[in-house]
Amino acid sequence: MALDQSFVGRSYPPTDPYEVGREKIREFAESVGDANPAYTDPEAAKALGHPDVIAPPTFVFAITFKAAGQVIHDPQLGLDYSRVVHGDQKFAYARPVRAGDRLTVTTTIEAIKSMAGNDILDVRGEVRDESGEHVVTAWIKLVARAAEGA
Amino acid sequence: MTAKIAYDDVEVGTELPAQSFPVTRAALVQYAGASGDFNPIHWNERFAKEVGLPDVIAHGMFTMAEAIRVVTDWTGDPGSVVEYGVRFTKPVVVPDDDKGALIEVAGKVGAKLDDNTVRIDLTVTSAGQKVLGMSRAVVRLA
Repeated sequence: MALDQSFVGRSYPPTDPYEVGREKIREFAESVGDANPAYTDPEAAKALGHPDVIAPPTFVFAITFKAAGQVIHDPQLGLDYSRVVHGDQKFAYARPVRAGDRLTVTTTIEAIKSMAGNDILDVRGEVRDESGEHVVTAWIKLVARAAEGA
Repeated sequence: MTAKIAYDDVEVGTELPAQSFPVTRAALVQYAGASGDFNPIHWNERFAKEVGLPDVIAHGMFTMAEAIRVVTDWTGDPGSVVEYGVRFTKPVVVPDDDKGALIEVAGKVGAKLDDNTVRIDLTVTSAGQKVLGMSRAVVRLA
């Protein structure tokens, strides 16, 4: 069944702050094999003009995806998550995420479309730091494939 | 932000150094732990085949993380990335052997934009197939 269009524009309450730790950034950078010293060495990051080590560009996904869980698991929306695949992913950065950030995410349903029985959901996550400054926006496109026989 | 590449030194069509990134089952387990994405299609062959996949596949976000390295290694400063987006078009299938799969990434300057920024168009393939579509980054150069 197609998702309810009246959910377009709906925003969910900001998440509790996620505190970005140096060692979590290191763990993530190592897991993708990226040896850029800006991720692990505060002095190298400072030489590039950053106050502390910064996170790889896609590090923030885990935080915004967890926040998108408010949409994915919203019983009123009724998305069948067992049929969902990740279609597109995009980020727009005001600045890189860095160690010490306490980040909150405000999640909004930007669009709901139905194509060939598939439900397509565009979810935007606005990420702000403790002072309320915008850090990055993440867009996640989720595609719920048509149920068999639907 | 301190990119080591100057805006005035690049043209539309300038190629970035291409790179290949290996991905093994062990790497996917490590990425699952670091990212918190424990979907079994990324480590459990039995489950992957049950849901119709040819084998275990890499996390799309793993491939996305590898692809941008061609850009961040080029500029030197990962903080130079202003925008980055991809479409997940085909999965990277990772066999259970010592070699795994290879993610091959090429990039070139697609457009010169305002404020010392350029658009980089990435071509990302594995086993000869394009695995990311519309793979583009906007970066601020010196």
